[in-house]
Amino acid sequence: MVIATLAFYLFSAVAVASALMVVLSRNPVHSVLWLILTFFSAAGLFVILGAEFVAMLLVIVYVGAVMVLFLFVVMMMDVDFAELKSGMSKYVRIGSLIGLVILIELLMATGYWSGWIVADMAPDMRAAVTPALEETQNTIALGSILYTQYVYLFQAAGLVLLVAMIGAIVLTMRHRKDVKRQSIVGQIYRDADKAVEMIDVKPGQGL
Amino acid sequence: MIGNDVNVVLPELVLVGAAMAVLMWGVFSKREVGAQALWAISALFIGVGAWIALTGRGTDAAFNNMFINDGFGRFAKITMLWSGAAVLLLSKPYLERAKLMKFEFPVLVALAMVGMMMMVSAGNMIALYMGLELQSLALYVIAAFNRDSLRSSEAGLKYFVLGAISSGLLLYGMSLVYGYTGALGFAEITDVIAAEGLPLGALFGLVFIVTGMAFKVSAAPFHMWTPDVYEGSPTPVTALFATAPKMAAAAMITRILFDAFGGVISDWQQILALLALLSMFVGAVAAIGQTNIKRLMAYSSIGHMGFAIMGLAAGSEAGVQNMLIYMVVYVTTNIGVFAFILNMEKDGRAVTDISALSLYSRVAPGRAFALLILMFSLAGIPPLVGFFAKLYVLQAAFDAGLGWLAIAGVVASVISAFYYLRIIYLMYFGEASEALDGKIPMLHMGLLAASAAAMVFGIINMFGVEGYALSAARALLG
Repeated sequence: MVIATLAFYLFSAVAVASALMVVLSRNPVHSVLWLILTFFSAAGLFVILGAEFVAMLLVIVYVGAVMVLFLFVVMMMDVDFAELKSGMSKYVRIGSLIGLVILIELLMATGYWSGWIVADMAPDMRAAVTPALEETQNTIALGSILYTQYVYLFQAAGLVLLVAMIGAIVLTMRHRKDVKRQSIVGQIYRDADKAVEMIDVKPGQGL
Repeated sequence: MIGNDVNVVLPELVLVGAAMAVLMWGVFSKREVGAQALWAISALFIGVGAWIALTGRGTDAAFNNMFINDGFGRFAKITMLWSGAAVLLLSKPYLERAKLMKFEFPVLVALAMVGMMMMVSAGNMIALYMGLELQSLALYVIAAFNRDSLRSSEAGLKYFVLGAISSGLLLYGMSLVYGYTGALGFAEITDVIAAEGLPLGALFGLVFIVTGMAFKVSAAPFHMWTPDVYEGSPTPVTALFATAPKMAAAAMITRILFDAFGGVISDWQQILALLALLSMFVGAVAAIGQTNIKRLMAYSSIGHMGFAIMGLAAGSEAGVQNMLIYMVVYVTTNIGVFAFILNMEKDGRAVTDISALSLYSRVAPGRAFALLILMFSLAGIPPLVGFFAKLYVLQAAFDAGLGWLAIAGVVASVISAFYYLRIIYLMYFGEASEALDGKIPMLHMGLLAASAAAMVFGIINMFGVEGYALSAARALLG
């Protein structure tokens, strides 16, 4: 129990600190690397919660795929991030002041100082949807509701992804007429009769 | 069991299927099928709207109460579908001139429409959020649809970034509500609140949710994106923004406030009253200095959303009913106004500066008169329908004990009359300048005339909208 508590504080502290560094670091590549650390810490928190499948998803999908893509984009784009961030120093004081006020308000109203008062029914209601960890595994538990109880949301998420795909294509693809493209059918049906042409060149005349 | 669920969402499924079919048709067709796709999707919108209007009865829930098909949702859906169809039909000539006539446009509009229909029928926080994201994502893309234009790309990006922030606020609020009440379904949240009252943390969540939604309805002080996005987007997209998504966002905010937090009206009433007050005044005052008609319509929409929110702030059945009437009138007027704006051009180039309207009444007296009626109606001048729409929401707010808000609404309405009347002044008494071209397609003329006629003849019985809006409000509150 003590180890779990210690691990919780370790992971949350690292997550908060690295999330701050994402915003504060000057080099955009460093920002991405800090973001990867944030995701790893969040994955650690999920493991403590007993949600190992979500933790693995976070590492594989976000760290493995999304962040690597991110890194490519940041490295390829020629954007002067230092200049972009120079505007930030103008607002950093007022921004952090507002952030601090909201943080204190939230802590007073919802958090520690008010004793975390939740509705009496809330803990039971939240626990009711989660099967006991000993009885089943994460993957099975998710799989048994994702395509039945939550099929509506699952399909809706699919539609959102479809829109994202259409959008990306519409906004970036250009049909260029002057680009030579590979025609596989043309290649297959090409044979020596068509490809090689015998030309009888008369002496002294050339082509 | 799943069969019953599917029956409830059948109209949405038909739209999704049609959108995908059109997408495949466009991808595999050798020719450009943009125009045909646009016709097909608009015909489908009209058909599905009529289908919902004719067959929809009672209240059905599907997918564990995540989707609720009730009178309120149907009212909003029919308005959205028919106004969406009108805007799609209107957009064809503009898109062809701007060489934007691609089949993706109607497909994206159809998917956005599905998102809107999911939003107004949501019975669960996650379902609402998924619908909202589907709608928003499609709208971000079509805001930037003219990708060779810097303005359009800027509009899309700005809309995207601010939309993402507002989604973040919304999600944060939802997570707080979930954490403190233990429920995501609107019915369960209502039960928890009825049993134990609203926990303070959930109240914080409610504030965040309202803030996120205020972004989506472009209510002040979360309106900053609206003028830039309206100005930068291609004009048909601006016309779309001003109609169906506005109705969807207003219906969504009504749905979540009354379905999930209907037991604690006094807790959100003051937030909405403040949003309404600020929106009405920002819409009225900031529009005075505008010379671009698209920006002007953006501020006009902010002001009008203020009036619609005032109806909600009343927190009563009459308030919801009058908000729905207000939105229908606003959407109808906007279709007419944008039928006009889409044809403002000189020598084949689109013009958006209002000074180009100088002495327009001499070029095209009929159209100038139709626009005059629409502007009078937007300003809320009796005896046009726009006046009664405003009167009803003021009445609802007054009856709910928000007399000060109603008085502020009247003052804001008087201020906003200035810029509507200035357009009329320019058209009839302005200085002579190079006039706009005198051409307008039949369809645009027809919709402009129909919209103006509706503003005049609607005063007899509002075409029965009052009764439908009342039964919609009863379905939500009853």
